[in-house]
Amino acid sequence: MIVAKRKPFDELKEMIKPYKKVLNVGCGTCVSVCLAGGEKEVAVLNAELDMARKLDDNPIELGAVTLERQCDQEYLAELDDMIGDYDAVVSMACGVGIQFLAERFPEKPVFPGVDTTGLAVNQDVGFYEERCRSCGACVLGMTGGICPVTMCAKGLYNGPCGGTNKGKCEISQDQPCAWFQIHERLSKQGRLDLIMGYKEPVEWLDQVPRMTIQPGYKKPEEEKA
Amino acid sequence: MRLEYPASVKIIHVPCSGKVDVLHLLRAIQKGADGAYIVGCLEGSCHFNEGNYRAKERVQYVSSLLEEVGIEGDRVRMYNLTSGEGPTFAAYAKEMTDHIRALGPNPIKSKVKS
Repeated sequence: MIVAKRKPFDELKEMIKPYKKVLNVGCGTCVSVCLAGGEKEVAVLNAELDMARKLDDNPIELGAVTLERQCDQEYLAELDDMIGDYDAVVSMACGVGIQFLAERFPEKPVFPGVDTTGLAVNQDVGFYEERCRSCGACVLGMTGGICPVTMCAKGLYNGPCGGTNKGKCEISQDQPCAWFQIHERLSKQGRLDLIMGYKEPVEWLDQVPRMTIQPGYKKPEEEKA
Repeated sequence: MRLEYPASVKIIHVPCSGKVDVLHLLRAIQKGADGAYIVGCLEGSCHFNEGNYRAKERVQYVSSLLEEVGIEGDRVRMYNLTSGEGPTFAAYAKEMTDHIRALGPNPIKSKVKS
C-alpha cells in the first residue's frame, strides 16, 4: 500500500497561516490504513491546529471530511458543494490524491498534510517497510522475489556492486546487501542460474507521467491507434 | 472507605484504559480542561493483555502533540493501580491536582469561546 507520514506540525501551521477557514480532507484508503491521513488523523490535526491558532490569537475555522479515496474523481465530487465555503484545503492523502484534488479545484490553494514515503508492507501496527519503487520494469521473477531496485542502496538491476561485504551493504551494517540476499534465496531454491540473467537498462530518459490502461478498458478509437 | 479526593477531578468510566483514545485526551485539553489523566491497571496485569500499555503510549503521544502546539505536555499523565487500591486512587488524584495547580490554568481556556 502507499505509505505516508504526517508532515511536521510547524511546517503545516506555517503553510496555512494566512487562511482563516480551512478544509482538512482525509483519505479513507491507503493513508488511513497506515495511520497517517484517515478520519482520526484529520481530527487530531484539526485539534492541534485549532489550539495552536488560538494560542497565537489568530483563530481558524476548520472543516473535516474524509473521502473514500482522493485518487478518484467520483469521490472528489463530494467536495464540490462544500469547497466554496473555505479559503484553502489541506489534503491528508498521498501525493497522488493531493494533486488530483488540486486539479479538480484549481482556484483553491491546496496544501499537503503528509509526506508520501513509498509503497510499503505492514510489518507491525504502525510499522511499515518499503518494498517497491514502482520502476515499471519488474524483475522479481529472476531475483527470487527480492526487489534490487528498492533493497539495494544503488538500485542495481545487475548486482552486486563492489560494496557488498559479508552480506551487508557498504552504507551501513544494518543494511543487508540485496544481491547477497537474492543469491542466498536463489541458491536455496536451486535457481542460481537466474542470477546470470541480464536486465537491460531501464529507459529513464524523457520521463513523463506513465499511463496505464488495463486490457479491455481502452476506448474503441484508442484500440485502432 | 469514605476517602476524599479533590472535587476538581471529574471521572469518566471506561471498560479498559485501552479504550481511551488520543482524541479523548486531546479534545479535553482543546475544550479547556487544565489536565487529563488516565488511571489504568498495573502494568502486566491488563485483563485484555495490553490495554494499559496502549493507554500509556497514547498519553505519551498526546503529550508530544501538546508540546508541538505550545502547551505543557505534562498536562496529560498516566497512573497505574489495582482495583483494590482506593487510597492510592485518592492519592493520585491529589498528586495530579497539585501538579496541575503548579502548572497553572490551561492557556487555551482564556481563548475558548464560552
